[in-house]
Amino acid sequence: MPFGGWDMPLHYGSQLEEHDTVREHAGVFDVSHMCPVDVEGPDAQAFLRRLLANDVAKLKTVGQALYSCLLNDSGGVVDDLIVYLRGPSGHYRLVVNAGTADKDLTWLETQRWRGSFDVTIRRRTDLAMLAIQGPQARELTATCLPREMAESALELAPFHAVECGGWFIARTGYTGEDGFEMLLPADHVVDLWSVLLDAGVRPCGLGARDTLRLEAGMNLYGQDMGEDVGPLESGLAWTVAWEPADRDFIGRTALEELRTSPERREFVGLLLTGRGVLRAHQTVLSNGREVGEITSGGFAPTLQRSIALARVAPGLGETCEVEMRGKPVAARIVKPPFVRQGRILVEL
Amino acid sequence: MSTLPADLKYTATHEWVRDNGDGTVTVGITDHAQAALGDIVFVEVPESGRSVAAEDACAVVESVKAASDIYAPLAGEIIAGNATLADTPDAINTSPYADGWIFRLSPSDPAALATLLDATAYAQLVADES
Repeated sequence: MPFGGWDMPLHYGSQLEEHDTVREHAGVFDVSHMCPVDVEGPDAQAFLRRLLANDVAKLKTVGQALYSCLLNDSGGVVDDLIVYLRGPSGHYRLVVNAGTADKDLTWLETQRWRGSFDVTIRRRTDLAMLAIQGPQARELTATCLPREMAESALELAPFHAVECGGWFIARTGYTGEDGFEMLLPADHVVDLWSVLLDAGVRPCGLGARDTLRLEAGMNLYGQDMGEDVGPLESGLAWTVAWEPADRDFIGRTALEELRTSPERREFVGLLLTGRGVLRAHQTVLSNGREVGEITSGGFAPTLQRSIALARVAPGLGETCEVEMRGKPVAARIVKPPFVRQGRILVEL
Repeated sequence: MSTLPADLKYTATHEWVRDNGDGTVTVGITDHAQAALGDIVFVEVPESGRSVAAEDACAVVESVKAASDIYAPLAGEIIAGNATLADTPDAINTSPYADGWIFRLSPSDPAALATLLDATAYAQLVADES
């Protein structure tokens, strides 16, 4: 299927089997559509502290990673990304979404110019990316790497990365399981892919990637948040660094207004108790009244139930209904994530 | 390659129809349709006694990807829905022409069965679609 200008496999056979593989064993996703962007220069830190809602000053050691939103002036989300500190003197790498990469680059360049920041912004189209995820992912990946690289990779703490010769290995992911995300020269990726498959890692497509991230309560850009809905109404308040109070990041003024607003909508998880499948854009009802909308929904293979993420009016309580084909169907309101590290975290 | 039993009739919307020889027909979706939908996780079958017109949406099959309506191939009365699909919706994936049947129908005009596609015509339709 077409995805952000890329032709991507939805599955390699069975989406459900691929999902289970990642929860129980190890799967590999070709995520080369994700776009690495290197930001370097004397002003790199100041630039990113202005651009990102999270604070890159939190990154103390080389290799450390941070999840953040890139906001517009009205506090909406231009994109969500992971930023890695690559060198002590202002070397950063961002990994942004495929569908938003062009827009992000334009936004970064505009802001660089507007603030006269001394930075270079370089899109790394020469790099491919694989995500190897699952309880056995790290060990199996290590067997596919040269010894020194394997040792460094296995020593990584969560949300840290290491670089060996042009390979960039991060202990991050989008599935709720342990594993690596690896950036490497595009001409090496087919070899690595085959070696991983030989080692018993199974190929997984976009379909499983979506159900895994949904169970893990992780947002999908353009669906759960976007230019018109900011982090405070999409479950990402934890990624906004309010302190220090004098850090004037783009979108801050708008977020501060919304922060104290009684109308601020909540971002919740839904667990379907009636029959059917929750889907994006279905209407959430409370006592027959429209109170919100599902932003992501589907069948959760690990729970064998249908779940969703939804944006709803504040103060709903523990239950609601979702309108499906004109009829209200009962659901419970829960706090995401639904699953982490193979464990179900919500009461079924 | 999907299998296509020669003794069944087919619709352009990918249902198969089996003549039970007693004035009733059994309806399901083809192997081609289940493969296109992907893993099926929920099925809503019609209630017995419901009257349907030909091409009425009367059941829903939800896969990991999306919800799809299933249409009545002929006008008539629903006489049974496959209740076992509530617990094993994936029977449509694994056994589309047997365990994965969706409903039984008593057509108001049994002769209308002859107007549906035969296996050769349906195979051609699938080939033309792809």
